[in-house]
Amino acid sequence: MNKGVINKLNACWLLLIIVIYALIQGLIGVGILNYYYQITLITICLNIILAISLNLVIGVCGQFSLGHAGFMCVGAYVGALIVQSNPTIVGLIIGLVVGMIFSGLVSLIVAIPVLRLRGDYLAIATLGFAEIIRIIVQNMEITKGASGLTNIPKMTSFTIVYIALVLALIVIVNFGRSSHGRACIAIREDEIAAEAMGINLTRYKCTAFVIGAMIAAVAGTLYATYFRVIKPDIFSFNKSIDILVIVVFGGMGSMTGSIIAGIVLGLINMFLQPYAELRMIFYAISIVLIMIFRPQGLLGTKEFTFSGLRKKGGK
Amino acid sequence: MALLQTKRLTRNFGGLAAVSDVNLTLEDNELVGLIGPNGAGKTTLFNLLTGVYEPSKGTIELRVGKEMQSIGGMKAHKVSQLGLARTFQNIRLFKNMKVYENVTLAMHKDCKYGLLSAFLRLPSFYKEEQRMYDKAMELLKLVGLDSKKDELAKNLPYGEQRRLEIARAMATNPTILFLDEPAAGMNPQETHDLTELIRKIKEEYNMTILLIEHDMSLVMNVCERIYVLDYGRMIANGTPEEIKHNPRVIEAYLGEEV
Ligand SMILES: Nc1ncnc2c1ncn2[C@@H]1O[C@H](COP(=O)(O)OP(=O)(O)OP(=O)(O)O)[C@@H](O)[C@H]1O
Ligand SMILES: [Mg+2]
Repeated sequence: MNKGVINKLNACWLLLIIVIYALIQGLIGVGILNYYYQITLITICLNIILAISLNLVIGVCGQFSLGHAGFMCVGAYVGALIVQSNPTIVGLIIGLVVGMIFSGLVSLIVAIPVLRLRGDYLAIATLGFAEIIRIIVQNMEITKGASGLTNIPKMTSFTIVYIALVLALIVIVNFGRSSHGRACIAIREDEIAAEAMGINLTRYKCTAFVIGAMIAAVAGTLYATYFRVIKPDIFSFNKSIDILVIVVFGGMGSMTGSIIAGIVLGLINMFLQPYAELRMIFYAISIVLIMIFRPQGLLGTKEFTFSGLRKKGGK
Repeated sequence: MALLQTKRLTRNFGGLAAVSDVNLTLEDNELVGLIGPNGAGKTTLFNLLTGVYEPSKGTIELRVGKEMQSIGGMKAHKVSQLGLARTFQNIRLFKNMKVYENVTLAMHKDCKYGLLSAFLRLPSFYKEEQRMYDKAMELLKLVGLDSKKDELAKNLPYGEQRRLEIARAMATNPTILFLDEPAAGMNPQETHDLTELIRKIKEEYNMTILLIEHDMSLVMNVCERIYVLDYGRMIANGTPEEIKHNPRVIEAYLGEEV
C-alpha cells in the first residue's frame, strides 16, 4: 500500500499526463491538427468528461441514469451567462464553479425522489427530469428560448479542456478508490447487504449522482465557451444516449474503458462525417455487435494502472 | 436488563404469519441457537431484527447505553450502526470486490475522512485506509482468509465465502452477531472449524451471538440456550438438554432425530 501522494506510480501518471499534453500541443503547433481536427479533439475530451462522470453513477454506483445531458445543460447555460457578463478567465472560473453548484443543487432535487426507484423506472424518471430541465430552459427569457444563446465569448482552449479532463479523472478515480467509493460499489453489488453493513443507501446514491452531475456541468460550461452557441436542442435525450453509448461501449465501471471508447467513437464519428446516414447505421451496427460479443463492454470493469503493468512485466 | 428483547413480534406476508407473537430475549455474551423446520420463520425473524423488514405488530428493543431503545422498523443501516450485524443464508457478498474490501466496506460507517480527503488524497486518507486495512487483515486472520485477501469474493469456494461473511459482519464492530446457517454446505471438517471459530468469537470479542442452524450437532454443541420456531411461533426455549427432550419440539420435527 502506498503511504502518500508522492510516489513512483503517481510520478508515472504525471509524466503520462504531461507527455500526452505536449504531444497534442505540438501537433497543434506545427499545424497537423488543424481547426477541423481540433473540433473533434475538444468534442472527444468533453465527451470523455461526460462519460466518466456518468460512469460514476451507472458503472460505480449501479444507478441507471438516462438524464446526464440535463446536467450538462445546466452547466452550459449558467456558465455561458456568467461568461457573457464577464468575458475573462476569472469569469470562466466563476462560471465553472457556479455552474457546478447549480447543477449539484438541481441534481440533488432530482435525486431525492428519483433514486428510490430501481432499474427501468429510474432510467425513465431521470430521462423525464432531463427533459423537464430542457423544456424549462426553452421557455425562459434569460436563456433566449428555443433559439438559445449566441455570441458567447470563446474563453476555452484545448489546454483548459485538458486540465478539466485530468482533474475530473483524478476526482472520480480517487473517489472510486476511497471508502466512500467502496460504499457506492457495494450498493451496486448488493443493496441489501450494503445496507446491513451500515451503508446509508440514499446518501451514497445521492453522493455519486451529485458528483456526476457537477462534473457534467463542467463539460457544459466548457462546451458553451468553446463552441460559442448553445440551444436547448443540443441537450436533448439524444445527447444523454450518446454519453451512455460511450459508457456501455467502454465497459460499465471502467474509466479507462470510457476514455478509449470516447476516443474511438469520436474518431469514427469524424471519419464518417461526410456520410451522415451511413454514420448512424454504422454506429447502430457497432453497438449491436458490442452488445452481442462483449456485453460487458470493451474493458469490462478493468482499469489501466501502472502497478498492474509492473506486475505483468515482472511475471 | 436484557440486551435485546422482542415482544409479540409478528410479521405477515399476505395471509401468512411468517413470524407470530414471538418473544425473544438475549443477554450479554450469550450464544443462543434458533432452530426450526424449513419455512418456520427463522430468517424472517432475522430480517425483522436487522431492519430488512418492518414488523406487522409487536416491538423490538435494544439496550443502547443504559436505556432500551425501540428499533422495530428502523432502517437497516441505522440498526447496523447501533451494533447489530448479520450474515445471510443465501450468501450476499460483494462479489466483484476483493476479499479485504468486503471487510473494509463494513467499517465505512466509522470512516474518519471526508470526501475532500478522498478527492485530494490528504494525509488523513492514507492514515485511515491503513487503519481499516490492518483491522481487516486482523479479522481475515481470525477466519483464516488472510492469504486470500486480494481475490475477488466471487472466486472463493463456498465454505470460505461463508467465513468471509462472518468477518465482514464482525467488521461493523457489533454487539450482537446474527448468523444465518453459517455451516450450510460445509463438510464435517469445515463445520468443526466453524464451531471453534464461533466459540472463539464469543470469548475473545465478548460477543452475543444468535445462531440459526440445521446442523443439530453444531447447535447442541455450542449453544447455551436454544429457541425453537415452528410455523412462525416460538414453541420452546431452553438448554440443549431440555430442547432434546421437549415433546413439542420432537413433534415439530416429526420424529426426526433432534
Ligand atoms: N418476502 C417474503 N414474501 C412472502 N413470503 C415470505 C417472504 N419471506 C419469507 N416468506 C415466507 O415466510 C415463511 C418463513 O420463511 P423463512 O425464510 O423465514 O423460513 P426459515 O425458517 O428461514 O426456513 P429455512 O430453514 O428454509 O431457511 C415461508 O413460508 C416463506 O415462504
Ligand atoms: Mg432461513
